[in-house]
Amino acid sequence: MPAVIHLDAVSKTYRSGDVEVHAVRSVSLQIHAGEFVAIMGASGSGKSSMMNMLGCLDRPTSGTYLLDGIDVSKLDRNQLADIRNQKIGFIFQGFNLLARTTALENVELPMFYARRDIPAKEQRERAMKALETVGIAQRSDHHPNQLSGGQQQRVAIARALVNQPALLLADEPTGNLDSRTSVEIMDAFQDLNNQGMTIVMVTHEPDIAAYTKRNIVMRDGVIVTDKVVTTRTSAKEELRRLDEEHAAAQLIPS
Amino acid sequence: MKIGPTFRLAARALRRNKMRSLLTMLGIIIGVGAVIAMVGIGNGARAQVEAQIASLGQNMILIFSGSTTSSGVRTGYGGSGTLKIDDAMAILREVPGVVAVSPEIRSFSQVAAGNQNWYSQLLGESPEYFDMRQWPLTSGAGFTDQEVRAAAKVVIIGKTTATQLFGTADPVGQIIRIKNVPFMVTGLLKSKGMSLMGNDQDDVAIVPYTTAMKRLTGDTKLRSINVQAAIADDIPQVQQQINALLRQRHGITPGRDDDFTVRSQQDIAEMATAQSKIMTLLLASIACVSLVVGGIGIMNIMLVSVTERTREIGIRMAVGAHGRDILMQFLIEAVTLSSLSGVLGIGLGFGTSSALSQFMGWPTQVPVVWVVLAFGVSALIGVSFGLYPAWKAAALDPIDALRYE
Repeated sequence: MPAVIHLDAVSKTYRSGDVEVHAVRSVSLQIHAGEFVAIMGASGSGKSSMMNMLGCLDRPTSGTYLLDGIDVSKLDRNQLADIRNQKIGFIFQGFNLLARTTALENVELPMFYARRDIPAKEQRERAMKALETVGIAQRSDHHPNQLSGGQQQRVAIARALVNQPALLLADEPTGNLDSRTSVEIMDAFQDLNNQGMTIVMVTHEPDIAAYTKRNIVMRDGVIVTDKVVTTRTSAKEELRRLDEEHAAAQLIPS
Repeated sequence: MKIGPTFRLAARALRRNKMRSLLTMLGIIIGVGAVIAMVGIGNGARAQVEAQIASLGQNMILIFSGSTTSSGVRTGYGGSGTLKIDDAMAILREVPGVVAVSPEIRSFSQVAAGNQNWYSQLLGESPEYFDMRQWPLTSGAGFTDQEVRAAAKVVIIGKTTATQLFGTADPVGQIIRIKNVPFMVTGLLKSKGMSLMGNDQDDVAIVPYTTAMKRLTGDTKLRSINVQAAIADDIPQVQQQINALLRQRHGITPGRDDDFTVRSQQDIAEMATAQSKIMTLLLASIACVSLVVGGIGIMNIMLVSVTERTREIGIRMAVGAHGRDILMQFLIEAVTLSSLSGVLGIGLGFGTSSALSQFMGWPTQVPVVWVVLAFGVSALIGVSFGLYPAWKAAALDPIDALRYE
């Protein structure tokens, strides 16, 4: 079975003035379908550059990157845009929903830029289905400012899913959320992963990384740790525990 | 890229900042409005001038005496009499294509009837004059050849003169005194309105030219001769022949200036419309400045909008928008802004010109060509001034755009 992500000696070098910054140094990596990976590292470790390359927002300076069997390291701007549209679902820390646009329309956005025309009716149906998957279909006509952070992130996940991508790419998806909502989002991720979705997530929180199946730690542009998560946290159990704690707190007379 | 949905996108973006969109549009609205109003007024004025020129009569050629140079002093048109009655008769006799002539004597005089008196323009003309100028009588009759030969003391008066002297009573058959000579009023002219120069053509008393010469002014020379050509197409040729004939009769050797001037109705029309053309052009160029300023306003607001929406652009690019999609989005937004302004401006222009014709009594008319042109130009302004901001948006790097705070 071919890897969803296949990096072979991928490097990224930035040039600022006369100084060359080696953000990623000859990284080779394979991520297979159905994996759930957390990329961790301090700021400056190269994980953001790595994320941009994985997301086809940027091209490697050298090396090859096969995404779902396609060599994307030599593609031009427009071809990369099409790959992002068809193969990748993005989830950001700041949700990045279009303001003053309903949840449904936000989810329809990737279909607006699909290279083949999708009838409006089909767009609506697919967007509604994606919203149902993340359990927020009842708020489809709400604007982002009428939704909580967790709800907004669910809309963002629905948007990422709507073109049935090969890869879900999440950049600090819980960075702007409180702890309980973070667990809820992780629950959604675990559900999607259980249905076979490949997920790569950047985070700097070890307890969030503990919900994934594989942890990769980067430092100075290279992978220093790549290990399978042995004691994986289940989001559902965590939510049950939080509910019990909450209930107990209610019983304590003040 | 779908054009329809992109237009909806643009409309929504503009609705989001209603006040800002409106203020941005104001420049173009005023510019287009001004152009339409100016063109309306200019065209109305031209139409009025043309109507007045037509009121001169049909296929008219006017010959003015002068200018002569005596001892180095040049006189203006009609200044010194160089035309004689014989000249007029010769023209009628010898120039083919001429159907009528009327020797003209012009002065101003006090006219009195009973205890009323009035200062009118006094014309000496031939019996054909009224036909030539297509100036019918409302009562009475024109001159007869007999009256001309006899230098009869008969007068035909204009509407204004009649009203001043007789009020509403019928002046025909009454006696008026011009320079203390009693004249019988034999006809009343139909009202003709203002002339090209803005004076009242109805404020007039017309006597046979012979009468004017013998009994009133004592002149033996004519101020001018009115000539009517049979066919409009013949006018230049007739003009030429009159010129040649008069030079010969006046003994002007080749190389010396004419002591008369021949003008056709067409020449006069061209002179008059040239002025209104220059005026229209001047006003239209001011309006164009306003359009350019409006375009710069659109460019400015679009640049602001691109900066404000950098993150939105980043999101769109992240989910698969090509640079061209972003370019089209902003370009269509600019074009929507400017074409909408164009439509509103056309409305404003029509409103202004109809208000002007209503309250100031100025005739206005806006040709359809200008409406189409105004709309086209405003759409073009949107394209040309929206291109740079749209290109700037399309050239954004998705990573930088997503990171933009």
